[in-house]
Amino acid sequence: MNKKQKKMLIRIIIAAVLMIALNFVPVTGWLRFILYLVPYLVIGYDILIKAGKGIKNRQVFDESFLMAVATIGAIALAIYEQSGDYTEAIAVMLFYQVGEWFQSYAVGKSRRNISELMDIRPDYANIEKDGKLEKVDPDEVEIGSAIIVQPGEKVPIDGVVISGSSTLNTSALTGESLPRDVKEGDEIISGCINMSGVLKIRTTKEFGESTVSQILDLVENASSRKSRSEDFISKFARVYTPAVCYAALALAVLPPLVRMFVMGTDAAWGNWIYRALTFLVISCPCALVISIPLSFFAGIGGASNAGVLVKGSNYLETLSKTKCVVFDKTGTLTQGVFEVNGIHHNAMEDAKLLEYAALAESASSHPISRSLQRAYGKEIDRSRVSDIEEISGNGVTAKVDGVEVAAGNEKLMKRLGIKFIPCHHVGTIIHMAVNGAYAGHILISDIVKPHSKEAVSALKASGVRKTVMLTGDAKKVADQVAGDLGIDEVYSELLPAGKVEKVEEIIRNKREGDVVAFVGDGINDAPVLSRADIGIAMGAMGSDAAIEAADVVLMDDDPMKIVKAIRISRKCLRIVYENIVFAIGIKLICLLLGAVGIANMWLAIFADVGVMIIAVLNAIRALFVKKL
Amino acid sequence: MKKTYKIDVDCANCANKMEEAAKKTAGVKDATVNFMTLKMNVEFEEGQEPKAVMQEVRKNCKKVEDDCEIFL
Repeated sequence: MNKKQKKMLIRIIIAAVLMIALNFVPVTGWLRFILYLVPYLVIGYDILIKAGKGIKNRQVFDESFLMAVATIGAIALAIYEQSGDYTEAIAVMLFYQVGEWFQSYAVGKSRRNISELMDIRPDYANIEKDGKLEKVDPDEVEIGSAIIVQPGEKVPIDGVVISGSSTLNTSALTGESLPRDVKEGDEIISGCINMSGVLKIRTTKEFGESTVSQILDLVENASSRKSRSEDFISKFARVYTPAVCYAALALAVLPPLVRMFVMGTDAAWGNWIYRALTFLVISCPCALVISIPLSFFAGIGGASNAGVLVKGSNYLETLSKTKCVVFDKTGTLTQGVFEVNGIHHNAMEDAKLLEYAALAESASSHPISRSLQRAYGKEIDRSRVSDIEEISGNGVTAKVDGVEVAAGNEKLMKRLGIKFIPCHHVGTIIHMAVNGAYAGHILISDIVKPHSKEAVSALKASGVRKTVMLTGDAKKVADQVAGDLGIDEVYSELLPAGKVEKVEEIIRNKREGDVVAFVGDGINDAPVLSRADIGIAMGAMGSDAAIEAADVVLMDDDPMKIVKAIRISRKCLRIVYENIVFAIGIKLICLLLGAVGIANMWLAIFADVGVMIIAVLNAIRALFVKKL
Repeated sequence: MKKTYKIDVDCANCANKMEEAAKKTAGVKDATVNFMTLKMNVEFEEGQEPKAVMQEVRKNCKKVEDDCEIFL
């Protein structure tokens, strides 16, 4: 609670106690009026002052002004009818203030909660000076400086590890608690927490350009891009208050006149004016206006905590309507890293064959040879290899430990006149010959991410009608991957420009109101990301181009995060619609009941404040997305 | 040119009113008020002096909502 809220709370308590106590004081006439005026002024003096200023500035539909009119009107009626019932006016003012107080408290609290969730801003960077560590403002660290990160500290600026090795906790960025190991030479991004060893890092970016600053900027500005729901509500609020006020005026004047002149009965002015004043109590649109941006703010906050960065409330809204998801294959559904996936028809042990292959290919930096070396897993001793001969488009021949080894495709085997066994698997096949005899083949392929299949079926389960895969790869490979994962449509052998065309075609053919999302890794598919209704970049930690082009950024490259993003957006939008329908519904019912005289001022103010409290609590629910 | 200002306001509807008032101020091309982060983004028209324009924006906002502040 801040100072303002504490002061308000004290006023609320004093006024409430006085109001109840006065019920037991048997006074009448002017003394009663003056006594009751005390709690009224205690609780409402600021509203009255604001109302006065509103009149000066010609703000007739200012809520303070309306509250003042309603309560003063109620007091005037009590005097006129000599009922002495001043409690009602005090109660209206009291509950109105309770509502305002609650709103201010809840909003402040969720502001703090959400900024705590995003508490990744580093406060300082350590710089070594004369053998001592000195804490400096990260903003002052220049590119290329060496900084020290001790265990337990946040990495303040993006950079490369110069010395030391450690384990990093990336959960603040990705929402996943899987630790990541780093050693000398590794790139490291800001916002991670160093868990074990001391790291010396050479910075490669300024603080303002570092991952952590970019993320914070993005999340903070996200709620400024307003959604259609928010626009609708602010427009509604602009019309609602004047409409209710004019209705109140009509209610106060027309029925009595009709009664007097048409029906010839008693005008019952007091009765109708009371009903009109009830209208004014319900005229404040606050519940609506607060709960919608609060829902989006909480949704975006919760999402970023789960490693899903949504760049605007409008994108969260669009994302929730996703009916078709278009995937890029490499790097999105598959790892984009070639791996040894099988060794077939070999005469010797797998490990031995792999050793020969890795050594023979050791001079090459081709992705295929690197994957062989990775699969081998041990340090390559170049001195064991001699007479390396690369035959372009075929493979290599070399002597490993004096043994003749040939590693390459079918052409190489044919060229060497060695009989080979073709492979029926999809991927790149390395045939091996050792000492001139066929020794089996190694299957290398891009492997599917562990959660890809699960993600595709989860998308289907959460209401996505169609899944499409686009790839530049060969048809055979693409069809197999799509078949394995349960993707509906595949378009293969596409050039980057072809991907844009395909997405445009899908958008042209979609149903009205459907949303087509494109998921890519942000590397060379930026045009597609920006062309789709909603572009989702995954695994984008540290990739500026992807963050720039996408509407939604997934911090790691787990395809389940796509599902999570859509679920978060659906939950948030469901809450938004609940609040709109609920708040408008209750208000309309109250207006109706007020007009026919069933609802009195007590009920009106209870409904008004109650709706707001419920709507605000409901909005905060958007923050809880861990279990989605 | 775009600039961001910190603001202080208590209710969401008042924030909307401030946004309206800011948009209507001469020299302002577009304005958004973010109630949740208490920030006002203002886009100025070409050749306008932000400082002078913001004084007007502040005055207009005070008119629609007395209890608000823009930290210039």
